[in-house]
Amino acid sequence: MTLLENPPEASAPDRPVKANWFRLLLADPAAFVSALILLLVAFVAVFGKRLAGDSAVTGDLSLSRLAPFSLDHGWQYVLGGDLLGRSLLGRLMVATQTTMSVVVPVVLISLVIGASVGMWAGYHRGWRETVAMRIADVVYSFPSLLMAVVVLYIFSPSIASIIAILAITRIPVYLRTARAESAELQTRLFVDAARTFGTPSGAIIRRHIFPIVLPTLLTVATVDFCYVMLAESSLSFLGIGVQPPDVSWGLMVAQGRDQLRTQWWLSVLPGLAIVITTVSANLLASWVRIATDPGQRWRLTTPRRRRRAARPTVLETT
Amino acid sequence: MLTFLRRRTLTSLPPLLAVVLGVFVLARLTGDPAALYLPENATAQAREQFSAAHGFDQPIWSQLIDYLAQVTRLDFGTSLRTGEPAAVMALRAFPATLQLAVVTMLLACAVATAVGCWAALRPNGLGDRISSLMSMTAASVPDFWLAILGIWVFSIMLGVLPTSGVDAGGLSWVLPIAVLMLRPAGVLTQVVRGAMIAALGSPYVKVARSKGAGERRVVVRHALKNAAPPALTVAGDLAVGLINGAVVVESIFGWPGIGKLMIDSILQRDFAVLQAAVAITAISIFVLNIGIDLGYALLDSRVRQKVGAAA
Repeated sequence: MTLLENPPEASAPDRPVKANWFRLLLADPAAFVSALILLLVAFVAVFGKRLAGDSAVTGDLSLSRLAPFSLDHGWQYVLGGDLLGRSLLGRLMVATQTTMSVVVPVVLISLVIGASVGMWAGYHRGWRETVAMRIADVVYSFPSLLMAVVVLYIFSPSIASIIAILAITRIPVYLRTARAESAELQTRLFVDAARTFGTPSGAIIRRHIFPIVLPTLLTVATVDFCYVMLAESSLSFLGIGVQPPDVSWGLMVAQGRDQLRTQWWLSVLPGLAIVITTVSANLLASWVRIATDPGQRWRLTTPRRRRRAARPTVLETT
Repeated sequence: MLTFLRRRTLTSLPPLLAVVLGVFVLARLTGDPAALYLPENATAQAREQFSAAHGFDQPIWSQLIDYLAQVTRLDFGTSLRTGEPAAVMALRAFPATLQLAVVTMLLACAVATAVGCWAALRPNGLGDRISSLMSMTAASVPDFWLAILGIWVFSIMLGVLPTSGVDAGGLSWVLPIAVLMLRPAGVLTQVVRGAMIAALGSPYVKVARSKGAGERRVVVRHALKNAAPPALTVAGDLAVGLINGAVVVESIFGWPGIGKLMIDSILQRDFAVLQAAVAITAISIFVLNIGIDLGYALLDSRVRQKVGAAA
């Protein structure tokens, strides 16, 4: 939270009345680059398998252990080859698809379930709130990996069971956020007004509470995207996540581990892909946090020169 | 104080029970337990014998009672790999993890306090930049990759640290702890920084300053003491979360702790040992949660008074 003692004048002439989202994004170069990187990741996740073609599946043994950063064997081998002469870049692109096909469903499922139950519990208060929160506490107070370990032992690790277990462990995050906001919102006047008109509670939650909670939930989801990605790659790295012949970034780091002495890139580069993606998502999340908060949006809309002048009056309180 | 302790125990109990019951439900209701405990190539006859010997042919309620009795006795059966009692193996591995966790948390708290205070004293300064870099790394860098990177640089390229094991004495601690510290140190630094900024701007610090107290005294005695309780709560949560990191770090560095035991028993389908390891971890988390609440009560006099009033 930021407390402004002296906010810059809101009606400065050179400032657009309503800043659009694209301009807000351009105002933060780091967030802009992050958004581009995430778009690239999304593009590769969708089309990567087609682009990589055969080079990711059938190896050319003459290119085995090819060192990275040379264009001699075509763009596919720019990141080198693995033990079987498969292109590392091609495998990375295929892995993007697997990783995203775990991470995106997990984030969506936990967001939808957590947000609906959380808003419902916060709106009604009473026993519904207590029961929902107790269950969330139990799930949350336990290390997620420990739970995943037991479940993935009993149900053999498949993409569906990884999605299920990761989604369950992440639901409490959204549930808590949604409940807190909705419990506060349901005491407000406009909700009272809707109630007086006889609006059913489901419609109030959908029409009046959901739109206000959504920005917060999206910020949480962006940060959680990183968490889920790290969790998926940890499981795959440990051998209880994505299983060969499927390939994910975490699994690639694990597979390259034995060749660390001779071919460091097999392990180091897939990990770097994870880091670049998570850093981008985190930077974008901090932009979303500022852009959706009317109290802080001036940081993006005010020109840098004036911003610097305004900065000393900002008192950070957390 | 005893009332407080009892109430805390009651609220921390559900997670523990949920784990114990969850393992039972998952193991018994989702299929043939013999398939879980025995290797995949066991004969049909061996499976039947196993079921009869362990009472898996009994009704589910009597199985549950038997199971709970076993758990309270810490009797999880014998390991398929070594033939040893599973609980003995888990208890033997436990101290290694505990040592790793304690040293990591102590170092993480020390680093977080130092960097967090430094950052809070000069917002937007160098300390502030280091602290936000630390928290960004904590949220985005996978610990297993950092571990591999550490092995690559320090063990393979420079050859100064061992790749795995515990034989090299103090040196073998360096990489596991450095990797394990990453997340708690990053998150805690941010918390300490926030709490310290709030504390330094508060009226009691102004009073202390106006009375002429020295800077060191203001920071340590007045601000830090009041910033400690929130940081301690987060530190407790992080310590619980450390088990996630411990599983990864132990299996990479061959650290003979409970996390490596879990992964080994999964990969070799040794359900008895897995169950024992999970139960012992759950119990230690339960104890830790109560410890955190007690520590919180001791540090924060307001909670202490409320507790006194309730008792």
